[in-house]
Amino acid sequence: MKLSGAHMIVEALKQEKVDVVFGYPGGKVLNLYDALYDAGITHYLSRHEQGAIHAADGYARVTGRPGVVFTTSGPGATNIVTGLANAYMDSVPLVAFTGQVATSMIGTDAFQEADIFGITLPITKHNYLVTSVEDLPRIIKEAFHLAATGRPGPVLIDLPTDVQSAVADFRYPQTVCIPGYNPTYDGHPGQINRAAKAIARAKKPLFYVGGGVVTAGAHEELRQLAEKADIPVTTTLMGIGGFPGNHPLSLGMLGMHGTYWANMAMHEADLIVAVGARFDDRVTGDLSTFARGAKVVHIDIDPAEIGKNVSVDIPIVGDVKRVLAELLKKVAPKTHPKWLAKIEDWRREVPLAYVQEPDGEILPQYVIESIWRETGGQALIATDVGQHQMWVAQYYRFTRPRAFITSGGLGTMGFGLPASLGVQIGAPGETVFCIAGDGSFQMNLQELATAVSYNLPVKVAIINNRYLGMVRQWQELFYKKRYSAVDLSKSPDFVKLAEAFGACGLRAEKPQEVVPAIRKALETPGPVVIDFRVRTEENVFPMVPPNSPINEMMRGSCV
Amino acid sequence: MRHVLAVLVEDKPGVLVRVAGLFARRGFNIESLAVGRTVDPGISRMTIELDADEKTLEQVVKQLHKLVNVIKVTNLTREPSVSRELVLIKVRAPAASRAEIQQIVETFRAKIVDVSLQSLIIEVTGNDEKLEAIQLLLSHYGILELVRTGKIALLRGAKTIRNGEGNNHGKDLL
Repeated sequence: MKLSGAHMIVEALKQEKVDVVFGYPGGKVLNLYDALYDAGITHYLSRHEQGAIHAADGYARVTGRPGVVFTTSGPGATNIVTGLANAYMDSVPLVAFTGQVATSMIGTDAFQEADIFGITLPITKHNYLVTSVEDLPRIIKEAFHLAATGRPGPVLIDLPTDVQSAVADFRYPQTVCIPGYNPTYDGHPGQINRAAKAIARAKKPLFYVGGGVVTAGAHEELRQLAEKADIPVTTTLMGIGGFPGNHPLSLGMLGMHGTYWANMAMHEADLIVAVGARFDDRVTGDLSTFARGAKVVHIDIDPAEIGKNVSVDIPIVGDVKRVLAELLKKVAPKTHPKWLAKIEDWRREVPLAYVQEPDGEILPQYVIESIWRETGGQALIATDVGQHQMWVAQYYRFTRPRAFITSGGLGTMGFGLPASLGVQIGAPGETVFCIAGDGSFQMNLQELATAVSYNLPVKVAIINNRYLGMVRQWQELFYKKRYSAVDLSKSPDFVKLAEAFGACGLRAEKPQEVVPAIRKALETPGPVVIDFRVRTEENVFPMVPPNSPINEMMRGSCV
Repeated sequence: MRHVLAVLVEDKPGVLVRVAGLFARRGFNIESLAVGRTVDPGISRMTIELDADEKTLEQVVKQLHKLVNVIKVTNLTREPSVSRELVLIKVRAPAASRAEIQQIVETFRAKIVDVSLQSLIIEVTGNDEKLEAIQLLLSHYGILELVRTGKIALLRGAKTIRNGEGNNHGKDLL
């Protein structure tokens, strides 16, 4: 069948079972949007291209399927650069289609021309500039394959206008042939045996679990293995939900704002089984003192992560779901009462704690715990980046994967609101919260219009401390309280702002108003913004100061 | 330590930028880089010379493998191989020193490929030691300009990097 490039894209999307795309039109994608007009694919129009790509990202994280984004050339394309980098760092499958000037105009500094292929080389898993319409079906097939397999990631396809309008024979390939791309899925049996023996010998073993467990859907295998071998589990920020937060073997998150007991366990373990995690600096702290007594097993789909930051004794390259399933067969049941008792001592020594005075200011931790309680721990939560994000990680005990949607690697402020819209679109029946800071919220608040347009009933909880809180915290602790450029006290009235957008606006200024506000938001159909006016100078504790050993935590309020 | 990597890549637009960008981005230093087509249509071969410790080298190889257009990476330093580089040297050559220069050229089995009243261009092929030696000798007369192709290398014997040893997506780890 003969089709234009634009119609090929639409047909290919159908073959890939894509029924939702996010985007923003413009001059160089008019053909594409024309083909989309009656294609039967739902297009969500954001108010900024960054909103579109974060929404696609949230959609991909909650569904596990690639998110799809359309933008025009030049500024449209450069506006998704942050979103691509964000998805790349967190291994989220996305396929971005960008318009481009006609092939004859490329390189002439034409109107709305930007070399998005060159710009996005280091922040995509792979990218394409299509120069001939005949290549298009193969490229789209490859793009979806690359985005979703192996270690997932974003793929960009740049589409000159003449490629969109040119007509050629369309046959969508059923298979891909990429000679340089063969991810290893099955772990090496010999290495898995060695790992099983190491587990059998270990007296103080620990699972250190990252986003790879969530991506691979390996949470069930992990739980069974942890229970069979009686091994405690700590997760990274990205690994949250990969192991139930309310499980007796769960130590919560580790790292800079992780729990004291998780960090102590990491420090004292004699065996660390790293699963789909990458020994990020926010986890390891000072590398020279990190887990010196531990043997390290590292299971990851990406060979380049193994041995990158920490030397590994037993490397296993493979899909973590398959590797854990094999390991489960080979590990004998055992128990570690002494080790678990020691961890309990640490848990008692420095608990996660705050004291909410009934007549005092609202504490942010109290807001998070209240949302947790009112939603039965079952909401899907997208966050922005900063203090509120860490409090969610600490106080919202997630029990299932793909429920905590957060920007981990890149730490993108402004991610939360648009991501939450993608989450709601991907999971229509679920309760979705966006928990944001007053700073982060203002980075993409225009997407409230998108929420209202499509009546997406997201509940936006702004943890409003009138500061760029995390930066302020560092300035307080490490820069002698010299608060440089962090004052947000002149922000808009968020209730009126919500109303101006056509959403419901609520405010809580006293502790007694917190729970009623949450309940009211949950009862209200459609999008709601709640302005929680919290204590201005509350800090996130405990905390590993940057580049310090992880067993030397600042305890703060957690003593 | 100095390493020579042979990298087979798909001959696709941007592949050189991907490889060069990877080295720049991750702070790996390239000593030399030579690229050209192979006998297989659509496949090019890069020879990359770099100075790196073992840990850095491991990362380089793994990161190269992550590039979708990279088909195979082989460390030729680890195996018997032949490596060559071609250099063109423009040397100051007034009549008085011309005979001496010609003698050096003969000794090194180099070639004079351009002659003018004041200068000669000398073409010389060889390994690092030979090239350094002739360069040192000619510098005595005054080198006006010099250009090197970058090193290229092949495994010795019938083995090739396509059928022979070579890392494949981390399987070498195991």
